[in-house]
Amino acid sequence: MLVVADESGYPLSVATSFKVVDGTIEATPVSALPSVIRDTEEARLVVSHIRPYPGVGYDQRRYIELSGSLSVGGPAWRFTPRAARGWDEEQLSFPELCQRAIPQARHYLAALTAERGRKVKPQMAIGWRFFLATRLPFLSATIIPVFLGLAAAAYDGRFSLGLALLTLLGAGAVHLGLNVANDIFDTLSGVDDANFTPTQFSGGSRVLQYGLVSLRQMMGLAAAFYATAVVIGLVLVAVRGAGLLWLGLAGVLISYFYTAPPLRLVHRGLGELCVALGFGPIMVLGTYFVQTGRYAVRPLVLSIPVAILVMLILYANEVPDRVADGRAGKRTLVVRFSPAWVLRGYAASAAAAYLVVVAGVISGVLPWPTLAALATIPIALRVLRGLREHFDSPYQLMPYLGKNVTLHLYTGLLLVAGTLAGIPFRR
Amino acid sequence: MSGSSGLGYHEGVTGPAAAMPEAVVDLLNSALVAELTVIDRHGGLRTDPLIPFWDGRHVLMTSSILFSRKLEDIKRNPRVSVSLSDPVGIPARPFSRATIQGDARVIDEDLHRGWMRLLPLWEAKEPVIKKFITPLQKLGLPLFWERAVIEITPRRVYWWAGGDTTRDPEVHAFQPVAG
Repeated sequence: MLVVADESGYPLSVATSFKVVDGTIEATPVSALPSVIRDTEEARLVVSHIRPYPGVGYDQRRYIELSGSLSVGGPAWRFTPRAARGWDEEQLSFPELCQRAIPQARHYLAALTAERGRKVKPQMAIGWRFFLATRLPFLSATIIPVFLGLAAAAYDGRFSLGLALLTLLGAGAVHLGLNVANDIFDTLSGVDDANFTPTQFSGGSRVLQYGLVSLRQMMGLAAAFYATAVVIGLVLVAVRGAGLLWLGLAGVLISYFYTAPPLRLVHRGLGELCVALGFGPIMVLGTYFVQTGRYAVRPLVLSIPVAILVMLILYANEVPDRVADGRAGKRTLVVRFSPAWVLRGYAASAAAAYLVVVAGVISGVLPWPTLAALATIPIALRVLRGLREHFDSPYQLMPYLGKNVTLHLYTGLLLVAGTLAGIPFRR
Repeated sequence: MSGSSGLGYHEGVTGPAAAMPEAVVDLLNSALVAELTVIDRHGGLRTDPLIPFWDGRHVLMTSSILFSRKLEDIKRNPRVSVSLSDPVGIPARPFSRATIQGDARVIDEDLHRGWMRLLPLWEAKEPVIKKFITPLQKLGLPLFWERAVIEITPRRVYWWAGGDTTRDPEVHAFQPVAG
């Protein structure tokens, strides 16, 4: 399609065919009478393509706009290009195109704000903003270890519903506080702004990038979650004794300094270890202690597989983020390792999780029904295959990152069920 | 197909269909893609593909604020053209080609809901769109769903029968119906 400005100042676009001859483009002359197309330095040649699916939509979107000069007359018009812009969906996915366009959206909103004299910002219902900002669905990472600690306590004949609910609330508050704090510090350090390929599993909630929530609101939210966690923690310490204090304190500090300066543990390659400790032994043993008033080996062993698998959620989620993380100096294990070693690390860690279950049963620490957790091995293998095949394709990786979350969830639930099912077989 | 689109969308139309040639209305109603050209801040031309709609008086398009440079350009200079030229993206039979020159207006008072008046027209061309605008789906790309409407009042329409642009077009000076 040739585009020029006509004599009345309107753009005029006319479809044509063309071919490239010796570095210039020869276009078939067109007629747009009564407008007359003349020689111009300001012409455009636009090529676009889509593949329509009637009744559904389309894909394979791409277009190129060449800027250049047009010389008319003769059997072929000559277009000499100077510059090009465009988009090819296969080269740059639509979600990434959108992420890269966020500064333009901010610019437009700022202009509207100035024009109208009142803040113009994107809208979303408060409930959905909360859902997005806290990354609520990831709460399963907390629910599983808390349930596991409760199951271990029940196995030992102890269970208090009130304390269980308080524990769940406190642990959930730490987790959501961590999620919100993570967004705050990743935004302040530039990590999230540099990430153009976030997925629903990685790259943060992006509520700050989208302008849905202010930094001040996020800080207030994080403070509220941590305050709730501390108050509940102190109540539980008062009920169960100081033995819980150090574990709870470690949990809160690991959660906060995960991305917060000066420690920024995740930037030092310690993120995986922190997540494993926080969502594994600390939560399982803490929950067990709240119920029983003591620590024991069984909940510790039960916590190890879920600690490894929750670590693998973070580890796999870091794969699509690794370019942005590396750029912003967030030296996660995935940034530090080569792709081959990342895959080996995943395989070895998943295998270790299952070996701990088997060893726990053989040694008599874990009840034999916990072997049911091995039923999730095929999911682990599928995730590994997905990581191998789509290591460099963030959006094709997404379904496998989802499976990785279910791997932790299902394995954890099977360990909970196995522990409870083992109660009648206690010796 | 009638000039008032036959899609059950008549908001803002207060008179009979304007003098848009029926063949061009068919193109507008079947096109999955059209090329909108605006004049940028430097006086240059800038073309972007967009899905076009026809409400009986105006060519309507919608643009996310993510891709809002064209909106800024239109606010500075409302003169635009819309090309209906892609035989793949326009499943109209018999195929023809058209270019519509007009004056555009950006409607962005309510970025969140204002564009939704185009939904019946959009859904007729792209039924899957309804699935993308549930609250849960919109969480993935919320800024994509903050959108302005581009309302183009046609001033001149070029129509090439059979899509052959080497031949002289039919030209219609478009007279919009008084609102």
